[in-house]
Amino acid sequence: MVPVSYYLLLAAALFALGVTGIFLNRKNVIILLMCIELMLLAVNFNFIAFSRMLEDLVGQVFVFFILTVAAAEAAIGLAILVVLFRSRRSINVDDLDTLKG
Amino acid sequence: MIGHVLFFALAAVLLSAAIGVITSRNPVHSAMFLVLAFFISAGLWLLLEAEFLAIVLVLVYVGAVMVLFLFVVMMLDLNLTRLREGFARYAPLGVVLSLVIVALLANVFWFRAQDTPLMVTPELRSADVSNTRELGSVLYTEHVYAFELAAVILLVAIVAAITLTMRRRPGLKVQDVAKQVAVRREDRVRVVKMDAEKE
Amino acid sequence: MENVYLTIVLAPLVAAIVAGFFGRQIGRAGAHWVTILGVAVSFLLSLVVAKDVFIDGAEVFNQAVYVWAVTGNLSMEIGFLIDPLSAVMMVVVTFVSLMVHIYTIGYMHDDPGYQRFFSYISLFTFAMLMLVMSNNFLQLFFGWEAVGLVSYLLIGFWYRKPTAIFANMKAFIVNRVGDFGFLLGIGALLYYAGSLDYFTVFAQAEEIQATSVNIWGDAQWSALTLACILLFIGAMGKSAQVPLHVWLPDSMEGPTPISALIHAATMVTAGIFMVARMSPLFEYSTAALSFVLVIGATTAFFMGLLGLVQNDIKRVVAYSTLSQLGYMTVALGVSAYAAGMFHLMTHAFFKALLFLGAGSVIIGMHHVQDMRQMGGLRRYMPVTYATVVIGTLALVGFPGLSGYFSKDALIEAVHAASLPGSTYAFWCVLLGVFVTALYSFRLLFMVFHGKERFDQHTRSHLHESPWVVTVPLILLAIPSVAIGWLTIQPLLFGGAFQNAIFVLPANDTLAVVGEKFTSPAGFVAHGFTTPALYLAIAGAVTAWFLYLKRPDIPARLQERFHRVHSVLDNKYYFDAFNEQVLARASRFFGGALWRGGDQGIIDGILVNGSARAVGWLSGVVRRVQTGYLYHYAFTMVIGLCLLLAWLLTRG
Repeated sequence: MVPVSYYLLLAAALFALGVTGIFLNRKNVIILLMCIELMLLAVNFNFIAFSRMLEDLVGQVFVFFILTVAAAEAAIGLAILVVLFRSRRSINVDDLDTLKG
Repeated sequence: MIGHVLFFALAAVLLSAAIGVITSRNPVHSAMFLVLAFFISAGLWLLLEAEFLAIVLVLVYVGAVMVLFLFVVMMLDLNLTRLREGFARYAPLGVVLSLVIVALLANVFWFRAQDTPLMVTPELRSADVSNTRELGSVLYTEHVYAFELAAVILLVAIVAAITLTMRRRPGLKVQDVAKQVAVRREDRVRVVKMDAEKE
Repeated sequence: MENVYLTIVLAPLVAAIVAGFFGRQIGRAGAHWVTILGVAVSFLLSLVVAKDVFIDGAEVFNQAVYVWAVTGNLSMEIGFLIDPLSAVMMVVVTFVSLMVHIYTIGYMHDDPGYQRFFSYISLFTFAMLMLVMSNNFLQLFFGWEAVGLVSYLLIGFWYRKPTAIFANMKAFIVNRVGDFGFLLGIGALLYYAGSLDYFTVFAQAEEIQATSVNIWGDAQWSALTLACILLFIGAMGKSAQVPLHVWLPDSMEGPTPISALIHAATMVTAGIFMVARMSPLFEYSTAALSFVLVIGATTAFFMGLLGLVQNDIKRVVAYSTLSQLGYMTVALGVSAYAAGMFHLMTHAFFKALLFLGAGSVIIGMHHVQDMRQMGGLRRYMPVTYATVVIGTLALVGFPGLSGYFSKDALIEAVHAASLPGSTYAFWCVLLGVFVTALYSFRLLFMVFHGKERFDQHTRSHLHESPWVVTVPLILLAIPSVAIGWLTIQPLLFGGAFQNAIFVLPANDTLAVVGEKFTSPAGFVAHGFTTPALYLAIAGAVTAWFLYLKRPDIPARLQERFHRVHSVLDNKYYFDAFNEQVLARASRFFGGALWRGGDQGIIDGILVNGSARAVGWLSGVVRRVQTGYLYHYAFTMVIGLCLLLAWLLTRG
């Protein structure tokens, strides 16, 4: 098996890729959401790795909740996206710079 | 040894999939790469002996969330060329920031942690320990309130998503069960009495 | 009695408010009736008060009627001090004011600002009464400024006339200079005596005299001398003494009743009254008295000379007023306060008479004021002529008339004085008598005698003024003749002012005069042995010779002595100096402050600068709020990096 720090490094890299993804796909809201999923995944990696290292299940409980919240977030985010697309015919972030509907 | 091989192989695939997610032209491909990333992650979590979460990840994320993503991506008629405009404009900044983050974290996780438990390889646990049972015994006792709250959050998310997206289009032919049940004979049948015709 | 005093003060104020704010409703007649009624009430009650004080010998009334504010030990009050001094002033002010009110009905008959005018002169009467009846410095200052304000309003009464506006600005600004000194003087007394009440301050006069102050360098000044000179600077502004006299001739731009009431009889004498009232202070300061004496003597002689070259009938009278005010100031300087007040009173009557007479002439001439276009008017305006002759004789000091008594007593007092500068003052006042006679008779001859120099059109309209004009003239002529004979003994030598005026025995010049005094008739007889009378006669004869017998001589004299004439014609270049040096310098200074301080620092840097800074800052901050989702995301990520870096590098 491998030391915990390997997982942590992997998670850091995954998180960094998520960040880069935000910069690259700054106009596409769907891919932005996916990048956020990637970053959450990286966070979950950390929790599970530490949970394993400390032999403490609370870390995994946290992951459980994060998954729950992330699912809810994805559902609502996508719903907003759909509504947005209906009114604007676009999900381009450049078109979304006013607070008015 | 086999653990190392497995880890590095899975990690390489995971990072490649992540790169795929952020660089694909087509959002559908991104979504498929993300599915791949979730699968690999599940494998890695198995290596960390978090079997329940690995299964949940596959079931919930791949089975539900990612399907939702795909569904939305395919439903929306996206103008991909406009969305790709200026793709590389902020890339240098993003890459630099990512490298900074990785460097900072690596500094902590790797170079500063040489003599700490972080570098210790955890012992494998015996085969008869059930991760699911352990998690369940904690979840339903110590964290039962948080668990219930999570359930409520999910419910709210469901209601919110439906409310957001639901719309009534006029002139749509739909069944109204309540009206069907409430219907009376007098509204539907008209008995017309008429004399028999004579030849 | 308190209610009587309050009524005296408030009746003109109420009338002024009614005429001023409701002039439209009550109409022209209503306005003059209500104000005349107010002033008449004041006059009658003043007579009652005067009888009380002089005949029944009532105690001095000194009481606060209203406490306005108390801060620490300092109490600011409104109060009345009724003693012989204020009683005389009250009668004189209300009487002349009443005459002027009646006269105004005729003079301002066709003026659109009729109600406004009556409101102003009533307001003036109120302010002047507040001034003379005050028992403390605060109220004195209030009255002082209030009469100044009304004077300003009335000089600029014809506010469409640019020269009038210029004149009222000038009067206001010159008086500011004096009032600044006055205020400093009051402040000095408050600082050293710790009170605004007259008697509290007077009681400490000797202690203040002993206190010395450093103004600049090592010169030590007595605090009392300093305060008195500052107070007198105020009097110089209000009573038009050299060099703050420049506003008074220009104030003739106002309507003639105002010239009579404010700029001859009452307001300009406020300074004289004030110094007499402050006699317990001035007495202890020889330096201040000398200062007063020299200023007064200079004014008396040199301003009289200017009257010789003026052609505007009102300006001649105005310079005469300046000269006479100088006489009063000289009397104050030699501690003959009673003589100064006496001359003030007689002068109020005959000078008001002369002004109103000049106004009557102006009415008849349809607002022509140049004496070169008059002449021979005595046939057309007999009443005016007779009264002006009385006024002129009183002014030059014809034996037996009021001006004779006051001026002769005054000159005698100066003769008896031994202060530094009293010799100079004596010669000034003595030669002043000649000059007075010369310009007075010059006016009389040029206006009423000689060839008629006006055109046919004017002649056809020329007639005696209506009764509202002539009755005040006659009523003023009576005291001009008689008041001197009647009151010289009690006022000057009978000790009527002994409760009000304080004179150190060493300075008591009037007592020296009084040793020879037996009766008014004796005083008249004594006059024939003094040079003053002969100088006056010489002046009259010279005027007769120059302006009636040989009218060509003045022109030739003017040519021969054109340098002297141009100095006189330009009023010793006071106006030129003020305009070219003082006004220009202060305009330059003000312009520099305006451009540098106001526009540069306050507007430029503080006001517009802060607005610009806010604008610039918001312009910068606005860029942060782009509305683009990814900008916010970037900011979050960058912030995360910085936070991480900070946490990790911290230690």
